[in-house]
Amino acid sequence: MKPRRIAWGVEFLSHAIAVAAVAFALYPVLWVVSLALNPAGTPAPRAAPWPEVLSLVNFRAVVSSSNSAGEWLFGRQLLNSVLVSSATAAVSVLIATPAAYALARFRFVGERTAMKALLATQMFPGVATAVPLYVMLDTLKLLDTRAGLVLVYATTALPFALFQLRGAFEAIPRDLEEAAMVDGATRWQAFVLVVLPAARPAIAVTCLFAFMAAWNEFILAATFLSRESAFTLPVALQRYVGEYDAAWGRFAAGAILVSVPVMAIFYAVQRHLVGGLTAGSVKG
Amino acid sequence: MAAVTLRALRKTLGENAILRGIDLHLNDGEFVVLVGPSGCGKSTLLRTLAGLEEPDSGQVLLGDRDVTLRPPRDRDVAMVFQSYALYPHLTVRENLAFGLRLRKTPEAEIARRVARVAEMLSIASLLDRLPKDMSGGQRQRVAMGRAIAREPSVFLFDEPLSNLDAALRAQVRVEIKKVHQTLKTTMIYVTHDQVEAMTLADRLVVLSAGTVEQEGPPLEVYRRPASMFVASFLGSPAMNFVAATVAPDLARVTAEGLSLGFDAARFRGKVSAGQSVMVGVRPHDVSRRPDGGLRFTVDVVEPMGFEAYAHGRVGETPFVMRLDGHDALPAPGDQLSAAADVDSVHIFDPVTRKALG
Repeated sequence: MKPRRIAWGVEFLSHAIAVAAVAFALYPVLWVVSLALNPAGTPAPRAAPWPEVLSLVNFRAVVSSSNSAGEWLFGRQLLNSVLVSSATAAVSVLIATPAAYALARFRFVGERTAMKALLATQMFPGVATAVPLYVMLDTLKLLDTRAGLVLVYATTALPFALFQLRGAFEAIPRDLEEAAMVDGATRWQAFVLVVLPAARPAIAVTCLFAFMAAWNEFILAATFLSRESAFTLPVALQRYVGEYDAAWGRFAAGAILVSVPVMAIFYAVQRHLVGGLTAGSVKG
Repeated sequence: MAAVTLRALRKTLGENAILRGIDLHLNDGEFVVLVGPSGCGKSTLLRTLAGLEEPDSGQVLLGDRDVTLRPPRDRDVAMVFQSYALYPHLTVRENLAFGLRLRKTPEAEIARRVARVAEMLSIASLLDRLPKDMSGGQRQRVAMGRAIAREPSVFLFDEPLSNLDAALRAQVRVEIKKVHQTLKTTMIYVTHDQVEAMTLADRLVVLSAGTVEQEGPPLEVYRRPASMFVASFLGSPAMNFVAATVAPDLARVTAEGLSLGFDAARFRGKVSAGQSVMVGVRPHDVSRRPDGGLRFTVDVVEPMGFEAYAHGRVGETPFVMRLDGHDALPAPGDQLSAAADVDSVHIFDPVTRKALG
């Protein structure tokens, strides 16, 4: 009987720890939800993470926000965020994919140096380059533009994408492309028809990461954007909690609205996140 | 269909000479097995034929066309990989059709060939499956089917059976032979498995350290190995070697615990009295005989059922002999007297390790 009781104790303890950890992680999230649903708009000094009154006032206010000229600001900013993030993902993955394939498959002069240089850029905190980037964007007349932001984001997302994809290509057996070449493909056809489909999960994940990084980025966007109609959502959000006014309710409602698309995308691509597409192609 | 000619092929990777001057001519329709231990260059040779490796020097001819520097797609060869290398995102049908589509084969012709191959290899029920939903044996079949559907002039097999379990391997081996008999296309098959080598080959090419050690029909290579390397590589258990001296009568070799007659005609003029040689005798060629010239001390007996192998010593040299499984088996420590026929006694030069006759 005794060992059984010990086992029960261990079981209970591990569950208790797990529940505590989940509560710790969920508490702030629940607080934000509660705040968003609270029409008073200011955080009440209480511990319970659920609202006393349920109201969608804050959401309505955020979604329908417009400027003095009557332009629908939220729509504009949402569009900015979607375009900038998608373009960042597209540009970085489009460049990183062939580059990563070359680094994974070919031996060439400067290969190791290139990898080290890429790694070095990853060590550097992005914010440190904010000032020179500002000057560059200013010179290029790209301040306050989506293109400028995409350019900055893509350069930071690119090395990460490259590392991710290089690993993915290295994991794809060479036999596959050699088989394709013996079957009559050029190296390019083998890459497009065989390697890329096999790397699809990794490419999807890399896209997602690049998209998310751009979607959530605040500091650089806040530095380079000054027109309200050029803001991305994180910058717009921050303006709800300003110097003279702290609309926490709208801030929280905005935060939820910003995270919903990311959650939706995650849900959509999670099929790809599960690897194993190459399972069965080689070995028994 | 095409003959294949290799001329003075050399290939070095870093410091390692992988191919050190390979000359081979394979006849149209021949089934040639390249066999050798790992690192002997057999896979590199096959990959050079496929166009996946470029030789440092030498020539590869398919038919009378020099393809040495041509990319794989211009060679009209098909290859079956050890790993099968099936395209993971394509169904079996699309895997079979892949090469044909690249070559812009008309759809009707593709459908015809896929159907023919599917029937030939009994994979018709698998056509709509993905590679990941099949067993190892089924994948192997599809990999073979993909090559067959191409109707190439030369087939290349790179250890195609080594990922299958023993029972399946025996079965697929027979199937490959059947496919060759049906298609009568030149096939080049790389393996380190001597059973595959012996059973499949019209011609065996034994490779060692980047050179051709011996080539010929498998039974001929087995019966007349040109070197101690070939002799020990083919046959299981491996051939026994004992250091011995040629007797003055030029018809016997002698050593401690060993006195065996050899084929005097075969070695005439090639050995001299008192010469130090290595004598090779296969375990299967030794039989118990009361007045035999071999005195064998038993250490371990391995009964296999219909036969048994006795591991022991002749003099101080380790030695293995085959015993009939129906006879009473000896015990460790027993002394046996045994003999071997004159034409199963091989004599090698102890320095060059080449056969003397």
